[in-house]
Amino acid sequence: MTADQGDLSMDIHLKKLYEKLLASYVKTSKEDHLYNAQQLSKWFMEKRIPPDEVVNAHVRTMKSLFPDLPAEVKASFDLLLEMMIGYGIAYREREKLMNRQRELENEIEVAVGMQQTLLPSKTPSLEGVDIGVISVAANQMSGDYYNFVDHGVGSIGIAISDIIGKGIPAALCMSMIKYAMDRLGTQPLSPAEVLKDLNIVVERNVDPSMFITMVYGVYDSRNHQFRYATAGHEPGLFYRAAEQDFLDLKTRGLVLGVSRDAEYPEDTISLQPHDAIVLFSDGVTECRVNGEFIERETLKQLIQGYIHMPAQEAVEAIHQKLYEMTNYKIRDDQTILILKRIG
Amino acid sequence: MNLVIHEKIEKENRIAISVEGEVDVYTAPQLREKLLPLCQGGSQITVNLSKVTYIDSTGLGVLIGAYKAQRATSGKLVLTGMNARLNRLFKITNLNQIMDIEDQAGGGQL
Repeated sequence: MTADQGDLSMDIHLKKLYEKLLASYVKTSKEDHLYNAQQLSKWFMEKRIPPDEVVNAHVRTMKSLFPDLPAEVKASFDLLLEMMIGYGIAYREREKLMNRQRELENEIEVAVGMQQTLLPSKTPSLEGVDIGVISVAANQMSGDYYNFVDHGVGSIGIAISDIIGKGIPAALCMSMIKYAMDRLGTQPLSPAEVLKDLNIVVERNVDPSMFITMVYGVYDSRNHQFRYATAGHEPGLFYRAAEQDFLDLKTRGLVLGVSRDAEYPEDTISLQPHDAIVLFSDGVTECRVNGEFIERETLKQLIQGYIHMPAQEAVEAIHQKLYEMTNYKIRDDQTILILKRIG
Repeated sequence: MNLVIHEKIEKENRIAISVEGEVDVYTAPQLREKLLPLCQGGSQITVNLSKVTYIDSTGLGVLIGAYKAQRATSGKLVLTGMNARLNRLFKITNLNQIMDIEDQAGGGQL
């Protein structure tokens, strides 16, 4: 027996149950029958039996139980059945939409899985440096992107990027950025070169109202210098352990994708042991606490409370704290990256 | 929250628009539908943002789209009345370096 035939016999069985219940109820008016009817209606709905078929079963039963029903009552059944046809169509339509929704959800689930593969599977290890990163989507798909490029000569490139908008369009754009970066390989390019190259790719390939912000930095473990350039990205922080303060990183370059000949000036900072670079996406600086945007000062104090921890633990704790402060509502994708000099 | 957009044609090819409310992922399409069709034939469009309380990256994208369209047709897009928060956004993105921004209030802003 096929599944369809199985369903069909189950439908017939349920309708038979209803007919029996109805036949008994019209004679006895027992209250427990009403409870049984409630239970039966749940099974009907589980089996997706449309409302017009229920009325049809009802009418058929009444006619066979009472062959001498007044003609007026019989006529009224015709009207009722006619009325129910529209409900039946609406019910089937809803079924179709629910199936379609399930399909879409499955597709998105696959896309979410694919998007995960666009992000690096692990943080690189570099001597004398501790790196931690967390990236959490507001919805299923994220517009935040980060990447590491291991130059293999004691330096690594680090990118954090925020793609305009959220959801699927942002995710599609993210794959473009990933492959544009991949094609640059592991050659030790300067931040200015990387951003100039990506700017041209974005400018050529995206909708005019689409843009991407990015900070790209190169950390050299031989001299502990961090050289960086930004493309309109939320300024990161430089934590100085000796002074226990935060300096804002500079933001001197234009967002990617607006002007083909944009230049990306570089800045360099030197890290002492226990100093750290903190980079994030605008989902962090634009999160709202009690309806107000979080103050940058508040954010610095918050980060300071965790900066002594190992980098990965610190980013997770900072994210968790922000999550609590925003009342467990993340409106935008959040990415936090900490790079700390340990030796 | 709703977005209210007023449009005033001052002279031929000179259009003033004022925007009121939050420009975010939900309301940005409204702004796009209003603004982009005006960006043609070398028009000069002034967008007053003094009643905009918040603009997110999607809203910023609409203004960038309009800027690019105006640049392509030798038109002009002028933004006025930006509050401190908007000024900061344009400074971080460095869009203030390339877009025409007029300080309507005449100082007192970042």
